[in-house]
Amino acid sequence: MELLLVLATPLTGALLLAFLGAYRRAPEINVITSLATLGFAVLLVLRVIRHGPMMVGDEQFFVDPFNVFLIALTAFVGFTTAVFSRPYMRIEDERGRLTPVRLRLYHSMYQLFMASMLLALSTNNMGLLWVAMEAATLSTVLLVSLYRTRESIEAAWKYFILCGVGIALALFGTILLYVAAEGVLGHEGMRALLWTHLDAVKGQLEPTVVGLAFVFLLVGYGTKVGLAPLHNWLPDAHAEGPTPVSAVLSGLLLNVAMYAVVRCKVLADGAMHSLLPGRMLMAMGLLTTLLAAFFLWRQRDIKRLFGYSSIEHMGIITFAFGMGGPLANFAALLHMTVHSLTKSAIFFTAGHASQVAGTQRIDGIRGLLAVSPTVGWGLMLGTLAILGTPPFGVFASEYLVLTTAMREHPWAIPALLIALAVAFAGIFRHVQPMVFGDTNAKPLPHSPALLPVFVHLALVLMLGLYMPPALARWYRLAAHLIG
Amino acid sequence: MIALLRQLAEALLAIALAPLLAGWVAQCRAWLQNRSAPSLLQPYRTLRKLFHKDAVLAEQASPLFRITPYVVFGTMMLAAAIIPSVTTDVPFARVADAIALVGLFATARVFMALAAMDIGTAFGTLGARREMMVGFLAEPALLMVLFNAFLMYGSTALPTVVHDALAFDTHGLLLRPSLAFAGVAFVMVLLAENGRIPIDNPTTHLELTMIHEAMLLEYSARHLALMEWASWLKLFNYACIGFALFAPWGIALHADTASPLLLALALLVLKLTVAGAVLAVIETVSAKLRVFRAPEFLSMAFLLAVLGILVHLLLRS
Amino acid sequence: MHMPSLATQFLHVLAAGLLLISFAMLAQRRIRRLIVLLAWQGALLSASTLLVAITAHQAHLYYSAALTLALKVIVLPWILMRLMKRLGIAGEVEPLVNVSTLMLVGLALVIFAFGLAQPVSALATTVTRQALGIALAVILLAFLMIIARRKAVTQVIGILALENGLFFAATSATYGMPMVVELGIALDLLVGVFVFGIFFFHIREQFDSLDLHHFESLKEE
Repeated sequence: MELLLVLATPLTGALLLAFLGAYRRAPEINVITSLATLGFAVLLVLRVIRHGPMMVGDEQFFVDPFNVFLIALTAFVGFTTAVFSRPYMRIEDERGRLTPVRLRLYHSMYQLFMASMLLALSTNNMGLLWVAMEAATLSTVLLVSLYRTRESIEAAWKYFILCGVGIALALFGTILLYVAAEGVLGHEGMRALLWTHLDAVKGQLEPTVVGLAFVFLLVGYGTKVGLAPLHNWLPDAHAEGPTPVSAVLSGLLLNVAMYAVVRCKVLADGAMHSLLPGRMLMAMGLLTTLLAAFFLWRQRDIKRLFGYSSIEHMGIITFAFGMGGPLANFAALLHMTVHSLTKSAIFFTAGHASQVAGTQRIDGIRGLLAVSPTVGWGLMLGTLAILGTPPFGVFASEYLVLTTAMREHPWAIPALLIALAVAFAGIFRHVQPMVFGDTNAKPLPHSPALLPVFVHLALVLMLGLYMPPALARWYRLAAHLIG
Repeated sequence: MIALLRQLAEALLAIALAPLLAGWVAQCRAWLQNRSAPSLLQPYRTLRKLFHKDAVLAEQASPLFRITPYVVFGTMMLAAAIIPSVTTDVPFARVADAIALVGLFATARVFMALAAMDIGTAFGTLGARREMMVGFLAEPALLMVLFNAFLMYGSTALPTVVHDALAFDTHGLLLRPSLAFAGVAFVMVLLAENGRIPIDNPTTHLELTMIHEAMLLEYSARHLALMEWASWLKLFNYACIGFALFAPWGIALHADTASPLLLALALLVLKLTVAGAVLAVIETVSAKLRVFRAPEFLSMAFLLAVLGILVHLLLRS
Repeated sequence: MHMPSLATQFLHVLAAGLLLISFAMLAQRRIRRLIVLLAWQGALLSASTLLVAITAHQAHLYYSAALTLALKVIVLPWILMRLMKRLGIAGEVEPLVNVSTLMLVGLALVIFAFGLAQPVSALATTVTRQALGIALAVILLAFLMIIARRKAVTQVIGILALENGLFFAATSATYGMPMVVELGIALDLLVGVFVFGIFFFHIREQFDSLDLHHFESLKEE
């Protein structure tokens, strides 16, 4: 029931916002819908904590410790982003970058995007997972090109084509998985595509076919995660889309895609009886991290900069999941959480920072502390957090990843350390002059909603200092589930 | 002894029928283009006229130039003897390997190109160069077409192919997509190799486009007659290879009695009539490609033939 | 030699036809003909699905075949044609260099696809399992087409061809995905084409052409 509400609320919101049109109160409806979704998600979490994993709707949907935590995170960041988006989009609107029609599209698609992500997270059917991922692409592609500038259209096109091709590969992988499963589960009904059933019989699946399927699924969903070499769309889409969209893309969509990859890895691990799937994830993760770290140096656009930072962190998470084992999985899940919170907070501040400066170019943004101290501090703290400085949560998860790697795969340590150091220097050298330094920019007409930023950062700080036992138990369960 | 006679008869039949085929194609083309058609026997008249003339040779012509018509005609005749057109029950059939056949065609081509360059005129060299380019691209395609059939029947000898194909078809209908691919590719190679329209135009002497004709410019009288005759024979040979590979119905497997032979002959004439008409239609509806587009055309043929092989390998259960 | 049943043979012919169309699309320069080829591909797909439905007694494949016929042979090509007419580019010709190289690369991809599909074909239990290699080849050729083309419209046609290949893979290897999934895929496809259509107008509005050569502002310096 709760799950149904979690899914239905954003969908209803999307329809409502689409029909209401350029209603003055659309941003508020957006916030309320997101809040309702969050409320239902919390209820869902409580229920799962109390009664354990559940299966709904003829086994088509299921909630286990792994996805319930992501559903909660998604609903939460979805809500805070909606809160942030209200004043942000108002300023954009007043600056003439938007029209009522586009605002309507924006609000409606925002909710649709949330709905498709929640569907992707909660479905038990690998085919529906694919459909939901594709729907998530379709709903965001027009958001990326919302400003209708040359650059934004180019970015959206790239996003569309690359993700379209990637997701097609994932569909082929799904078909192959179905082939492998059909032999064991039969093709009556839909059991052969249900993850729980697949998981139960994964030891009997044909290893070659599942291996092949996994390669396709990894590359396919990996495109959406932003794994190299198919990461090209990500910085463009993050830089050119409206900031709330960048925030949810980075904070949520990448996680959801990651979730899909991990679900597939669990099956591949079980079927292939070998370390190969994990090794593939590790290799791709490491490559992605290194590549992104070096690209960070040369960025001139603030949102692009943090887009690359997202790629880097996704690489770390992929690497951690690749190592496998309870500890590494725990670290990866924690990193997913803190990255999601921190990165969306950074995008919030980066969005306001570029509104203050009137440009997204890094060398045009100067002296944020002087104009708008909250934005300046937010950006500084967010940057420190994402760079893994203690005592933020990112430090804790990266530390866990590194120590696990030290013990099990010492060869990867130099590469990881180099990537982290390069990323640190790369980001810091860009952010420092933006926050400090002189400026003659004017403050914003509406006070920015920076509460989400500080709530996110506070949560990240808390996770770095103190992990609530309920959360830790929850992570452990999920980590155990992933294996 | 009788077998040898049969062999000889088959070769002579090809030599006799080849000009008729050329005349038939020309006639069909004329009809399709709303022109009044030349007589079916026009090629024979041309030959007679040419044989009655005195040969003129360029001063610089080497012996190579002079022997080339005989070599080319000889190779084509040999090829005609090898290819099973009416019956497979002839002594040479056992050596009728398709690889050897491709080699024979290549020999003729090399001689023609060398002779064309022998005089040293610009057109001859140009024609030779273009001919070698077409040949260079068409040969692999032709080989791939042949391999297609051979993969199916397990032999590179045409008589065996015909034998197996005929034996096979009695089992019932068998659709072979790979043969369809090969068939289309073969037609493309045939068009290119015989100087037909998308690649060359046998009726033009426009220097920008001509290939085959450019090589014959220096020949006259009996030499020219032999060269023309050889090129008609080549078309006839290609048609017979096509029948053997893709439409072997009616070819007599045993030549002990007369009736299967007669039936085979009748069917051959029928098939040639249809093939000639189809060729004329293709030539009428398609436009000549610019010379530098010829590689594209032939790589397409190669591609189709290889696809045929791949499809065969994949779909074989 | 083992004689496969007549239906299987027909299926093989259809599969070979799909492959042939993929190559034709790779080499086709005219946009209008490209759309016609796409429709033909859809028609072959629908026919093969119907054939599988009949031979394997799979009731849901009848719907699937009907869906394919409606969507891929009629609706999508119609939408595309209309779009092209409204944008005034139906008769446009896309310059393509080096078709021969493209074809050879395509050939290599086909060999690769066949090799890759071998273990899966061996495992699949359907009557059409041999066609899986062809399906994968169609998919890879569509990829090649997307990479080789520089016009927005042809890239979209490439994506649709890709989807056709995926669909064929699903029918040939597994008798089709469950109906829910298939409907979802069809819906995504339809919405996708609409979004593409909207995009064409945006691109043209901003760049005055649908040529992606103009897409050069977002590059790593």
